[in-house]
Amino acid sequence: MPIQVLMPALSPTMEKGNLAKWLKKEGETIKSGDVIAEIETDKATMEVEATDEGTLGKILIPEGTADVAVNTPIAMILADGESAADLARAPAAPAPSVAHEVAESRSPVGEGKPMISAPAQPAAPASVSEPEPEVPAGTEFITQTIREALRDAMAEEMRRDPDVFVMGEEVAEYQGAYKVTQGLLQEFGARRVIDTPITEHGFAGVGVGAAMTGLKPIVEFMTFNFAMQAIDQIINSAAKTLYMSGGQMGCSIVFRGPNGAAARVAAQHSQDYSAWYSQVPGLKVIAPFSAADYKGLLKAAIRDPNPVIFLENEVLYGHTGEVPKLDDYVVPIGKARVARRGKDVTIVSWSNGMTYALKAADELARQGIEAEVVDLRTLRPMDTETIVASVKKTGRAVTVEEGWQQSGVGAEVAARIMEHAFDYLDAPVARISGKDVPMPYAANLEKLALPSVAEVVEAAKAVCYR
Amino acid sequence: MAAPKKAVPKDSGQEKGTGSPPEFTREQELKALRDMLLIRRFEEKAGQLYGMGAIGGFCHLYIGQEAVVIGMQMALKPGDQVITGYRDHGHMLACGMSANGVMAELTGRRGGYSKGKGGSMHMFSLEKHFYGGHGIVGAQVSLGTGLAFANRYRGNDNVSLAYFGDGAANQGQVYESFNMAELWKLPVIYVIENNRYAMGTAVSRASAQVDFSKRGVSFNIPGKQADGMDVRAVKAAADEAVAWCRAGNGPFILEMQTYRYRGHSMSDPAKYRTREEVEKVRHDSDPIEQVRNRLLAAKVSEDELKKIDAEVREIVNESADFAQKDPEPDPSELWTDVYR
Repeated sequence: MPIQVLMPALSPTMEKGNLAKWLKKEGETIKSGDVIAEIETDKATMEVEATDEGTLGKILIPEGTADVAVNTPIAMILADGESAADLARAPAAPAPSVAHEVAESRSPVGEGKPMISAPAQPAAPASVSEPEPEVPAGTEFITQTIREALRDAMAEEMRRDPDVFVMGEEVAEYQGAYKVTQGLLQEFGARRVIDTPITEHGFAGVGVGAAMTGLKPIVEFMTFNFAMQAIDQIINSAAKTLYMSGGQMGCSIVFRGPNGAAARVAAQHSQDYSAWYSQVPGLKVIAPFSAADYKGLLKAAIRDPNPVIFLENEVLYGHTGEVPKLDDYVVPIGKARVARRGKDVTIVSWSNGMTYALKAADELARQGIEAEVVDLRTLRPMDTETIVASVKKTGRAVTVEEGWQQSGVGAEVAARIMEHAFDYLDAPVARISGKDVPMPYAANLEKLALPSVAEVVEAAKAVCYR
Repeated sequence: MAAPKKAVPKDSGQEKGTGSPPEFTREQELKALRDMLLIRRFEEKAGQLYGMGAIGGFCHLYIGQEAVVIGMQMALKPGDQVITGYRDHGHMLACGMSANGVMAELTGRRGGYSKGKGGSMHMFSLEKHFYGGHGIVGAQVSLGTGLAFANRYRGNDNVSLAYFGDGAANQGQVYESFNMAELWKLPVIYVIENNRYAMGTAVSRASAQVDFSKRGVSFNIPGKQADGMDVRAVKAAADEAVAWCRAGNGPFILEMQTYRYRGHSMSDPAKYRTREEVEKVRHDSDPIEQVRNRLLAAKVSEDELKKIDAEVREIVNESADFAQKDPEPDPSELWTDVYR
């Protein structure tokens, strides 16, 4: 029977890709290991090698097709002795069911539909009712991925200030492990876009030392999981020096990179450091959700004279959103944003937690509960005022985070609500978080370890006594 | 960062300085004497104040090692940066920071370099290009490499000195830094002050390779050992290293063989070495006595030397006085300098 060639997943978070080019024609002989096609993702162009031998019987997806979902059959290979007539015997239905489940699990929400392949869904859904306060009326927007928004933020700040440079593993020639620094080397050269050896502790220290002299490094960690090797320099050197020097010597530096769970990368690559860094005086900690905030807050972080931890989310990198088309779009640090108005319950979240929060709000609306969703955006300094104002209105609150619950950011939010709005609360604050376990690898367990929309909905209903 | 064209090191071997170091001029000898005496008397006074309870926490004295920072400093030019670990009082005085400001920081007063918020191990002076004063063993090595990175980035010809001890030399980030410094040809001099004990652990009990000048071999960083008790030998080694770095050849490692007379910190009973060992070093190779003896041999009068000692004592006494009279920081200072 002819063999289906499926659209391959080329990275843990890939959901779809463009079929850029076929390198073999129908009727050509294929040996195992032959490069048969080129696939473009938003990160890179990759070659697809044949794993089976035979003849390329039929190309199912022509070259130039965009957004081909992972596991879609893209071609048929005929084994020896088979002919085009045999093609009809091949199963018409795509993707075996096992593979389909894997694809589902890639969605951190796990609602059966891979999040990223949802057609051109903006990162901030249409249900956002609050206008962007930082954007003047009549501003034009452009649709960008978060990856592009981050790149533009860095490029704009590097054009503006010659003291800004970026360093990290694979940021220059490779164009970024997640392609966030794409094109920066070409524009700014090797003096300002610096590939480091794999040496987190060392290059974090080098960055901090350079920052002590007044330079403004952007230090990229390939993931914040690796920054654990560097956390001494981040906290003991970057965060404390201004204080220890009696205000003489500061450190204007941004540590950025993906944080938290991606997809199927297991315990050592899936930790959320929101709570860790947000405990430290001297640091500012930012964890945005929308593409516009990624851009505006990264620009603010680069300009800030203090050390800033900028927590990105790998799952969100490929998400698109509307970014104001302004020469200099800067979002102030320390301001939360009401992403959706509601009167019955406040849901507080940030970063990818907002995905659950907003979907839960949609579901709650269907059930007659109007949830107000607050996107913290900055974890330190935390915008207590916006949280408290919302809770005073709704009298109920649920926090949503992918990180662990104990001593988590949700716990901090709950404490602040208790301190500042105790008399307004009609129910105890509920916390939805990642489960109290290292992140498992198995698809089903990973799904269980992360928060779910259903949990958020349930918690919101519980605090509403519904 | 693109590395410059590979230079051919004129001296890529790790070697021990041989023979007598070049003689100092009388002015150099007198300056070295005065500067080393200032550190010695300052540290003695700090030890006293600690005993009186005026200085709290940790206090690591530099007595015995004075020739290292003074000799190194003689090779620097304005704008060159210095960074070190927690045994930092001598480095600050060598950089020209005021005795009053350092002593008042030791006593935790508002006139201290860090307004009383840093203490013995955490002091800085942007004006004097002194970048700390770091309490985490080895952290200053990456930071000092970053200072050199900034010099390269700005295209100036300044160099940075990153001082660390034989103990810190075993930290991982030291080697991460060595690698980047040589890879990017950063103008940093790693000054390893080998005072033979990392706290209470003798070098031979902690280090597989006790010749610290060889610690850069696998990175192709040239290294040299120097007699850290002879300020002239230190200066000669420093001149060579500084010239190497300033010319754009990349980093250089200097192992300064020195000795600390006092314990690791004030609370160290120093049971790990004999009193005789300490006495022998003091008697045979004290860095200050060496200079004094040479000056006396060169017919400088006892009176002149006594005058220098008296001047230094006055500076130190005044600093002790200031540091005890200066008020503590205003309580409002608790909340300042966290962010700017």
